[in-house]
Formats: sequence, structure tokens, C-alpha cells
Amino acid sequence: MAECVYDSDAESAISYGDYVVLKRGDVFKSVQVENKKKVIFEKQWFFLDNAVGQLYGTMFEIEAGGSLKPKAVKRAGDSLDSKEAGQDNRHIVDDGRSQKLTRDDIETLKEQGLKGQEIVQQLIDNSTTFKDKTEFAQAKYIKKKKKKYESDITVLKPSTRLLAMMYHGREPGKICHLRYDTLAQVLTLGNIHAGSKIIVFETCAGLVLGSVMERMGGFGSVIQMYPGGGPTRAGMESFGFPSHFHETLHEFPLCKVNALLAGTLDLSEKDTDSQANGSRLGGSDSSQETSGVSEEKNSEPQNMEVSVDPQEEMKRAEREKLREQRAQEKKVKMEEKRKKLASAAALLEGRNADGLVIASRFHPCPVLMGLLKFVAPSRPFVVYCQYREPLIECYTKLREQGGAISLRLTDSWLRHYQVLPNRTHPVLLMSGGGGYLLSGTTVATDTAKARNQHKSEEPAAKRLKLDEISSSCDSSAKAISVV
Amino acid sequence: MSFVEYSELIQEGDVVIIFLGHDSMMPVKVQSGAQTQTRYGVIRHSSDLIGQRFGSKVTCSKGGWVYVLHPTPELWTVNLPHRTQILYTTDIANITLMLDLKPGSVVCESGTGSGSLSHSILRTIAPTGHLHTVEFHAQRAEKAIQEFKEHKVSHLVTVRNQDVCAEGFGITGVADAVFLDIPSPWEAVTHAKRALKRKGGRLCSFSPCIEQVQRTCEALLNHGFEEICTLEVLLRVHDVRSVTLPLPDFGPEEDCTNSTQMASDLSQKEVPNTGNTSVICKTATPPREMAGHTGYLTFATKPRD
Repeated sequence: MAECVYDSDAESAISYGDYVVLKRGDVFKSVQVENKKKVIFEKQWFFLDNAVGQLYGTMFEIEAGGSLKPKAVKRAGDSLDSKEAGQDNRHIVDDGRSQKLTRDDIETLKEQGLKGQEIVQQLIDNSTTFKDKTEFAQAKYIKKKKKKYESDITVLKPSTRLLAMMYHGREPGKICHLRYDTLAQVLTLGNIHAGSKIIVFETCAGLVLGSVMERMGGFGSVIQMYPGGGPTRAGMESFGFPSHFHETLHEFPLCKVNALLAGTLDLSEKDTDSQANGSRLGGSDSSQETSGVSEEKNSEPQNMEVSVDPQEEMKRAEREKLREQRAQEKKVKMEEKRKKLASAAALLEGRNADGLVIASRFHPCPVLMGLLKFVAPSRPFVVYCQYREPLIECYTKLREQGGAISLRLTDSWLRHYQVLPNRTHPVLLMSGGGGYLLSGTTVATDTAKARNQHKSEEPAAKRLKLDEISSSCDSSAKAISVV
Repeated sequence: MSFVEYSELIQEGDVVIIFLGHDSMMPVKVQSGAQTQTRYGVIRHSSDLIGQRFGSKVTCSKGGWVYVLHPTPELWTVNLPHRTQILYTTDIANITLMLDLKPGSVVCESGTGSGSLSHSILRTIAPTGHLHTVEFHAQRAEKAIQEFKEHKVSHLVTVRNQDVCAEGFGITGVADAVFLDIPSPWEAVTHAKRALKRKGGRLCSFSPCIEQVQRTCEALLNHGFEEICTLEVLLRVHDVRSVTLPLPDFGPEEDCTNSTQMASDLSQKEVPNTGNTSVICKTATPPREMAGHTGYLTFATKPRD
């Protein structure tokens, strides 16, 4: 089937409303393309309007007034190579005077609207030591200057890879320092794929949610469990998913999990609850209303006394109508919210989810213990935590409680390499830590038996087996069970 | 059961993973009337497996029990019969993410090898994507085809028995991503470029040696690939355990602040142990030995033609 598919460029054109990722060097920024919106990126500002209609992957340069111009030919920089080069640096002295251009000169060049490449050429021409540098040092010099003065911006389609790298580079705090290679493990160990029913609990700005949704491709369902008043989804929005993806996304408040588990989650109760909420909201509204009314009442007698202003009457009627309309809208919204809760609850109640992903700033142990109950047997689960100790606790608790096997506590190291002729080595700076993962597989529990086992009334053979399964580390199982 | 879709109950013809204990699993093809021997006794497929729920506990003839698990590409990776050196989950995870794979992706792979990565790719690109995999070893290609059929994913994959360096992937301009795990990937870069879509795509090459990486990067650069990036990921598995640290004996003290107090200061449980005291703490220790190197992963983007 794939052989005949030829990609048309029509679908890969940038248009208004699109979420895009801007790239300059190794730096990314996610923005939505909007009419005449000023974008600030890497100390530069510009408008994306000229990018509309262009194809994704196009490189732009910024022109005066912040407009973008598609860059015609790439790789023009090669002309900067000079033929002359030194052997070593024995005669290069750092006197701080090798660059003949002053700071002011460079500023003037910039103000004249010189292109980045031309400035770099000027810097090379005015460097007394450049031709004495080794070939490699020259290349390094050019690369460094290019990075500073050439400011080409590429507009890319968002993906997990780009957004995960962007968040990790720009705002690691927002995603609990979840490094992209760790996120990759989460998605793979969780066996996230189209057609499954996945529970996600995250406080990673919606990045983890978005990456799960990308891997599901709009098939199946995702239930986002959220703390507090509502789910955070900025990261997910940045993916710019088509609308049918959103139909597969459900949400359920964590604070109602206990009720759902106990079977006391009353959806009509939710109704009254939201009514209570609504009336609290509406409370302020209605107090305004009443105050408004009382004001009117106050003014009314006066009006009566003077004359009945028909315009005033009309205005009042209009206001009344608007108020009614708003109340109606609120009611519709509440009904929608109730329906959404009911559908999420229905999905969870089956207790047959195909996977569980947790990545949050909360202590993972209670979250895992609570949400694992909604997962079918023989399904993977993955818990991310920035720190190791909470996951040790999860591990211990799961061992005690049973219902999970193949428990693994892992972390990964990520090392980047510079690969250049005769200059290949690991990149000097590497990330110190990308967090920890606890992964495992659920299995059927027979609670009565498990309890028996803890009271050590099992036949020897089975206990032997249990110990074996409990892996090497549980030699001191008794000490654990005291915890 | 299928490798791309969960099901609840075990059926005839399914591949299930028998979980015998930590790091001890075996794949079994379910056939009515068949038996499987384990160290806990025999498992009778008709009565013990067929109709059972995935994830349930099965009691074997000797009274021991095992769990039967639904197959996943990750479980398959640690259980598959090796015909070649294989890629493991840590690298696979990064390859999948960095190649932007998702449902609908069209992917080229060479060589197929033992099919460890293939299963993972198929899981991720289903139900609308397609994998074109090339294996020059006829017997391995044949075996892979057979496995894909057994795992109910053959509709998503085309296996070609040819030399990718000489003949390419057998397709032009349709791939979103290309993966190379061959001894001389630089010889396949032109073919990779041709296989990728006109609007561009991603490439990954896996090589154990830095010299291979060097040549690959050079070839990629010469063919106009961009964002060339080489990385390496290592996984550490931590062993969760309780360790006991004995407390030293400083001899009797005048006042009552003794070592017992100190132990509780350490905010851990102290266990009086024949006069001496010790502290038990829960910790996770890195393994004594770990996989220090699998291969370098080189990624690149093919720009629009």
C-alpha cells in the first residue's frame, strides 16, 4: 500500500493557527502561528506571517522590521574557508589585540544591516592571528562566530522529540527534569500504542500526555488523571493534534478516585457538586445580581418619580436576556463536564486499562497504589520520579502487596559525541541525571492467598517459589514487612 | 493476541510468555493438546492456558506456579531466539523517539536480523503504518516472515531478501524514517536517501565502532543530511535491597546517650542484635557489572529535496 503514496506538499505548508517549533542552532521554541504576532526568540523579534504558506522545514532569515525571508541556498558558509593555516600555536600570543575591529565597529556593521555571514567574514579579515591558527582552530573560530552572528530560523512540525528536547533545554523544572531519553523509555516500557486504553498522571506541563497521545495516533483512549482544579495541557497543545485526537482524551480528578474505587462516586452527586461549584461561582454572580437589582430598585422609585425612560427599560431587558443566556451557557457547560466525568468514570470502572504512566512531582507511591487498581492484568506500568528514594518505597510496597512482577528500577545515561575528521570525542558537557524509572507488569491478584503467604502458612514449595520470584534483593523480606 | 493489540483471553495459536521468576521467562506457542515442561512441572495448554486470562497464575503439576503474560515487543526482545546480535529495549526506545515514529509512519530497516527492533517498530506504527525490512541472509529473512505471521503483524511488514548496500530498500520516496544496523552503513546512505520522502525524513544508524560512525557521518554530510548527531545511552538497573550497617561500639558511656540513641538519630530502625546494634536501611545499589556499550546511535535529518 505504501509504495504508491506520494507526499503532496499541500499538507506540509505552514498555516495560521498551526503550532510550530522554531529552531535556531540547538535551541527550540514552540509557538502558535498568529496574524501579526510578535515572536521573541533568542534575543530577536520577528513576525511569522511570511512563513505562512511556506513548507515545514524551511529556513528563514530575519530582515529589518522583523519579517522573515526564506533562505535561498544553504551551505554558503563554506566560502569562508581560508587556504592559509598554521601548524601549531607556539607563536600565537594572547595580547587581546588580535581583533582589529572594536566592539563599536561591530555594532556599526550590524546597524548597517550587514548579513551575519558578512560580519563573520569581516571578523576573520580583521583577525591578525586567524591565518596562523591551525585548520581545526579556524573551523572552530568560524563555527563560534557563525553561531553568534548568523541567525537563521527553521520552522518545524512539532514532535515528541522536538518538544521533549525543548522542555529539557529550556524549562526542565516544568517537566520534573524528565530527560528525553528517559521519556523514550517511558513510552517504550509502557508499550504505548494505537488502540489501547492508557491512564496518565503527570505534572510535566502536558508533555508526557502529548507524547502518549502521539504514540496512540488518535486510536484508543487516554484518561488523564489530574490533581487540583483541572488538568495542565500546555505541552500537549503544542503538538497541534488534529481534533479527532482530542475525542480520545478523557479526564478524571484524582480527588474522586477513592469514591470511584469505593463505588460511591455519584454522578448526580457530581451534578450537585458542580451546582455547588456553580452556585459558588454563580454565588458571586447572583450577589452581583442582587446588588444590581437592589441598586435598580433603589433607583427605580426615583425613575418612577421623574419619568419612565424607555431606553433604560430596553437596556434592562437586554441585561436580563444576557444574564439568562449566561446562565444557560453555564448549565450547558456543567452538563458537558458531568458527561465527561461520567465517560471517564465508565472507562475506569472496567478496571481494564492497558497501561499506566505516572510522571509527577507528587510522591509516586500513593499514586501508583491507587491507580494500579484500574489496570488489567498482564499490562505494563511505568513510574517516573526525579529522585530514587520514592521509587525504592514503591518497589518495596509492591513487593509486599503483590499484583506486579518484573519490577525494575532504572536510570539511563545519555552521552553525545562530536564526530569530525580527527576530532571525534564525547561532548564535553553531559546531563547529570535524567530521573529514575520504576517499571513492571501487572498480574492477577488473589488477595486471600497473598494474605496467607504473609502469615507464612504456605507449603514450603510455594514459599520457595515466592522467594525466588521476589528476586535476589528480598532476602530480608521480614525486615521489609515490618516497614 | 497480537503484538499490536491487547486481548483479554488466551486463545489457540497465541504466543504467550511464561513468567517463571525474576529474569526467567520463556515464549510458548499455545496449541491445544500440547504440553510445556518447566522446572515447576508441566503446563497443559488445553486446560491451563486456553481460555485463561492473560496475567493469571497457572499452577503446574509439581505444585509450583507461573504467570502467563501477554506478549509485548519488550518481552519478546528478552525471549526471542537469537539468530544475530540484537538491539535491546534501551536503544530501541531512543531510536523510536528520535526517528519520530508513530502510528502511520512508513519505516525502512536493514538488516532484519532477529526481528527485535522490527517488532517494536511494528507496534508503534500500527495500524496505518508500514515497515519495509531488508535482510540479505535468506534463512533469516524466511524466519522473520514466519515470525511476523505467527505474531499477527504480517499485514504491516514487507520483508525483502536482498543486499541493501547494493540494491537498496526496494522502494522510493515513501519512507518517513530509515534505520540501519549493518556493518557498512555508509554504503547504504544513498539508498536511504532515495527511500525517504521528498519532503524529508529521519535516519538512524547503529554501529558498535567509532570508525564506522566516522565514515557514516562523512557519508551523511556528503549526501546533504542535516542535524547529524551521535549519541550513546546506557541503562543502569538498580537492585533494591535492605542493607545492614553495624554500629560501632565506643564502650560504655557515663550518661544515657548511647549508640542506640544515635541509631534513632539516623532516623532508621535499629535492631538490637546480641548486644551490638545495627541500622537497616533500604537502598538501591547499582550492579557490579553492567552493559558498558552496545553501539553508537547516529541520527540525521534528510531535508526536503
